[in-house]
Amino acid sequence: MNAHDTFIARHSFIELTARERARALLDPGTFRELIGPFDRLESPWLAMQNVVCQADDGAVIARGTLGGEAAVVAAIEPAFQGGSIGEVSGTKIAAALELALREFEAGRSIRPVVLFETGGVRLQEANLGLAVIAEIHAAIVALQRYVPVVGVIGGMVGCFGGMSLAAALCNRLVMTRQARLGMNGPEVIEEEAGVEELDSRDRRLIWSMIGGEQRVAVGLADTLVEDDTDQVRDAVLAAFAAGVNKSNRTEQVDAQLERLGRIDPAAIDPVVLRSLWQGNA
Amino acid sequence: MMTSTRGQIWFDALTGRASSDDAGPVRSADATLGDTTARFIAVVPDPQNRFPRATDNVVGLEQGWLLARTVREAIDADRNAALKRPLVAIVDVKSQAYGRREELLGVHLACAAAVDAYASARLAGHPVVALIVGPAMSGAFLAHGYQANRIVALDASGIAVHAMGKEAAARVTRRSVEGLDELGERVLPMSYKMSAYAKLGLLHELIAGIDADAPTHEHVWRVQASLVAAIDDARRGPRDLSSRLQSPDAKRTRAASIEVRKRMAEQWDAS
Repeated sequence: MNAHDTFIARHSFIELTARERARALLDPGTFRELIGPFDRLESPWLAMQNVVCQADDGAVIARGTLGGEAAVVAAIEPAFQGGSIGEVSGTKIAAALELALREFEAGRSIRPVVLFETGGVRLQEANLGLAVIAEIHAAIVALQRYVPVVGVIGGMVGCFGGMSLAAALCNRLVMTRQARLGMNGPEVIEEEAGVEELDSRDRRLIWSMIGGEQRVAVGLADTLVEDDTDQVRDAVLAAFAAGVNKSNRTEQVDAQLERLGRIDPAAIDPVVLRSLWQGNA
Repeated sequence: MMTSTRGQIWFDALTGRASSDDAGPVRSADATLGDTTARFIAVVPDPQNRFPRATDNVVGLEQGWLLARTVREAIDADRNAALKRPLVAIVDVKSQAYGRREELLGVHLACAAAVDAYASARLAGHPVVALIVGPAMSGAFLAHGYQANRIVALDASGIAVHAMGKEAAARVTRRSVEGLDELGERVLPMSYKMSAYAKLGLLHELIAGIDADAPTHEHVWRVQASLVAAIDDARRGPRDLSSRLQSPDAKRTRAASIEVRKRMAEQWDAS
């Protein structure tokens, strides 16, 4: 195929809704949603603030198989409240991971995948959003003793705030070129630290710092994929085939402190960082 | 001469040492607590820190990794111990570090490393207690305190748990600071008051009547007694965070969290 045919043959992952992403990832015909829209478990806090609710609260949990093995996918819907984590949407993700842990404790096995697309805590549910994100973190740490927890950041929202920590806790992280991963969004940094610290409108700079390509190049994510559903699925399958990591990024404390020590804060930029940090620590 | 922050004051009071003797942004020491030895950990200002956006009591790149290091040292040291030492996170953190370098170098990973270390300690059987003596804000609290088995807080001015600073929250939600207070009265998770936070069921104890800035010996003794009680309670309870949904407050305020877990479990296996 020439470049044009290759492009046409692609099926965008980014353009899919959370539900479509989960369905596309799972083996054909195996998608089964848990607590779907008809359960009508909505945010109890948004209505109190005159914000329109959504019947799935912006999180889709689906069971099925992945490469023939039992799997559970938690997908965040970017089109609802910027993928923000409220009490219900966040608890759906935490509960799915907690139940996956029960499978291993009962001697069974399951493949957990989180599809990130979130700005972090939903501001209208502030403290409960934060509390629930801590519960998601706890579930990932408990589960990864048994199985790799695989994260995918699709785009275009990216993954920010407390959920960027959840992505970092994943044993393997797949990112598209369009995806961004960072703790504080560029607008927040500009607001807190001034435009001379970071110009949030400079899209080229932002992507060169926290975009998928850079994150993979410096070992802060594992696999770079094009915006193509087959590539995302292949990367997720490969991540599970590789098995539990000997040591996760978050456990490599001495190595990471050493590589941080090599940085001169006065003379660091995305290009210099690539030469200093090639691949994993 | 800089005045001490709450984190330093309480670290010194509980460990019986002068934290100004130490360098760096993370203080850690083992000290007697009740009839055991606990590891106390605090994040303090570090005016000389080489990352200019991380000189305050915030969690930045070095802070996250240093928290992870001291927690993992305790896990390794107690690997074969029958009784794992308690870890006390003294929480006085204004925010995560906001900066260009922080994002480029992965402050999210540094904070996640601290989360992983505290959660792993809890799962290994260390009682982990967060003692909130100042602000416990957003990502900084996730990294330093929110993985604890038990959370206790002083009921004093200047203490708040929140996802966002008040001024920033007012800006983003297009409300005045007063409007935000009014909202917090109606919508509990939006409140900046510890009395409202206590109603979410996440707090083990709100300790009243303590001078947070200049504690007397009696105040320190009372806080120690609360920590000992929280540690004992944690040792008797599960190693996950399920105890946060057990209290009458949680059953009322977090009914949705409980309902989601119940229904997900019911639907987990295909009927």
